Amino acid sequence: MSFTELLQAIVDGILTGGVYALMAAGLTLIFGVMDIINIAQGVMVILGAYLSFELSVHLGIGLLPGLLITVPLMFALGVAIEFCFMRRLRDQDRTQMSILVTYAVAIVIEGVLTALFGVDYVQLQASYVNSSVHMLGFYLPDIYLIGFALAVALLIGLYYGLYRTKFGRAVRASLQNRTAADLIGIDVNRVRTISVGIGVGVTAVGGMVFGATNSFNPNTGYDLISRLLAIVILGGMGSIGGAMAAAVFLLVINDVVAVAWSPTWAPLIYFVALVIVLSVRPQGLFGRTAARAQ
Amino acid sequence: MTARPSSPPPAAGAAPTPPRRALTAGTIVVALAVFVIFPLVVTDPSTTSIAVFALVFMVAACAWNIFSGYSGYLALGHAVFFGSGGYAVALAARDWHVAGGWPVFALLPFGGLVAGLIAIPVGLIALRTRRHTFVVVTIAIFFIFQLAAFNLGFTGGTSGILLPLAPFSAANFNQPFYYVTLIILILTVIVSWMVRRSRFGLQLLAIRDDEDRALGLGVKTRRLKLTAFVISAIPVGMVGGLYFDFVGQIFPQFAFDPLFDLAIALMAFLGGLGTLAGPLLGALVLESLQQYLTQTFSSNATYLIAYGVLFLAVILIMPRGVVPGVSEWLARRRARAALEPPPSEREASGVGGSSGLAGAAR
Repeated sequence: MSFTELLQAIVDGILTGGVYALMAAGLTLIFGVMDIINIAQGVMVILGAYLSFELSVHLGIGLLPGLLITVPLMFALGVAIEFCFMRRLRDQDRTQMSILVTYAVAIVIEGVLTALFGVDYVQLQASYVNSSVHMLGFYLPDIYLIGFALAVALLIGLYYGLYRTKFGRAVRASLQNRTAADLIGIDVNRVRTISVGIGVGVTAVGGMVFGATNSFNPNTGYDLISRLLAIVILGGMGSIGGAMAAAVFLLVINDVVAVAWSPTWAPLIYFVALVIVLSVRPQGLFGRTAARAQ
Repeated sequence: MTARPSSPPPAAGAAPTPPRRALTAGTIVVALAVFVIFPLVVTDPSTTSIAVFALVFMVAACAWNIFSGYSGYLALGHAVFFGSGGYAVALAARDWHVAGGWPVFALLPFGGLVAGLIAIPVGLIALRTRRHTFVVVTIAIFFIFQLAAFNLGFTGGTSGILLPLAPFSAANFNQPFYYVTLIILILTVIVSWMVRRSRFGLQLLAIRDDEDRALGLGVKTRRLKLTAFVISAIPVGMVGGLYFDFVGQIFPQFAFDPLFDLAIALMAFLGGLGTLAGPLLGALVLESLQQYLTQTFSSNATYLIAYGVLFLAVILIMPRGVVPGVSEWLARRRARAALEPPPSEREASGVGGSSGLAGAAR
């Protein structure tokens, strides 16, 4: 492996890491606000990819303009799922039950996708999917650059929304202590619904980029959710910055191992890295140790 | 701790009244008789093969419950033990040239042993963490095993390993598999029951309710959790060997199947986490239903949707599982009938009602 190859692998890892960070940010936001682990996040990304696929193949709407349609659709789906299922879970065993409920939701979505599209692998096509730019000695595929730019823009937007707006303050308050947030007049239920909507809405963007860089079928969601969960846990549950750092860290490791050793072993190293880090720091890289509940 | 499961099945002080104990014993005898007689009455191979699968999952769910149900640690990686047991038996049969049928069955304890040995380092690593981190670590370890099975040479990779064909007659091919699984199931249930009514089981329940407090009161939590983890892995490894012997071959994607991880958790949840009868009931109903739906709907999609919707409906209607849900309902009804609060909700687990003796056993 030459030095250039190594650098190329690191750059690829950072670019794909950005996109994973975006998908994981949705997951970590939902967890932070709701204490809910959304197992369906992976299949929702695939759903977002299929929506983009439908729009571009049948209606001739390009991938990027199509986001104006798919993001609101996914937002609405998130709101509906929060309203129908997540809201009903009792506080007591919410996290555990949420795994089951969202898993059931994932199965239903997977079933619907299988019924509509079958199990053949497809990939999103656009003029910028297969082109690349040559910059500073690296070949950078356009779609990776676009995906990275979109991810960074959205993450900055998310960050700004959370830390500079009144709604963001309400979200963070509900995240820290929902009873206290309730007492000072924050409509916690509304905050939760919108947060889940946002968390699911970003999967439309993630799905578009994922679908353009990978071939997928309704089953791909399971591989994806395990990776996203790894990112979220490594970053520390509920921490968006942690999710970004963890995504880039894991994807760089993944890509470097793929180049240096073999692509078949890269995913294994990905999970080994996760297990090692968590054995040393069980709360994740940026997570805080939870206070003991009384 | 938000991950704390629903209130523990109350370990009551009073022993069940004699008629109730007789009723429980009667239920067990009848259930056992039905299971023993079933393949003699129903000989249709497609039905008996569903029965074998159902029994395999009953063992897996019951064993999973010994760790996750009692200790409250949600492990989503038990397919590691299912697959490891399967590979141990398949590799042993191939390399030691074991004939199909009963000789392979004799290898099943070896499969359980391998699964138990693997559970020790896995448990040591995973049990350093708690709650949702623990869940994700078990998932990650699961994927490490799956990817290793794909990539290591001795597993045969994606082409898998064939197991020797059992020399049973075509008409009664399923019967030996059925009875062997039934024996493993009975042993697993006995172990689960013994754990539940022992001091060890009470300490596990204490960990579930409040681990820090249990630790403070002198419960050796780490050692206990690891022991329960290993105990729960062994039966899963044994039925893993049997399952792939029954199917005839083993591939990485079936040996280490993420759906298996979730399926047994789901079965235990639907039946009633931490009860003795719940996981058995959940596995029996869900696995039979799943196999039936797969056979009925040729389309995978219809089956997925039906399964998912049903699953959502049950979770939303009975969030604590069927067995606690039904027994609560019965207790309420009894209470209304007697116009006084129920003396105790001791019989909180149907067939496993005797498990409520846990407190009295000390």
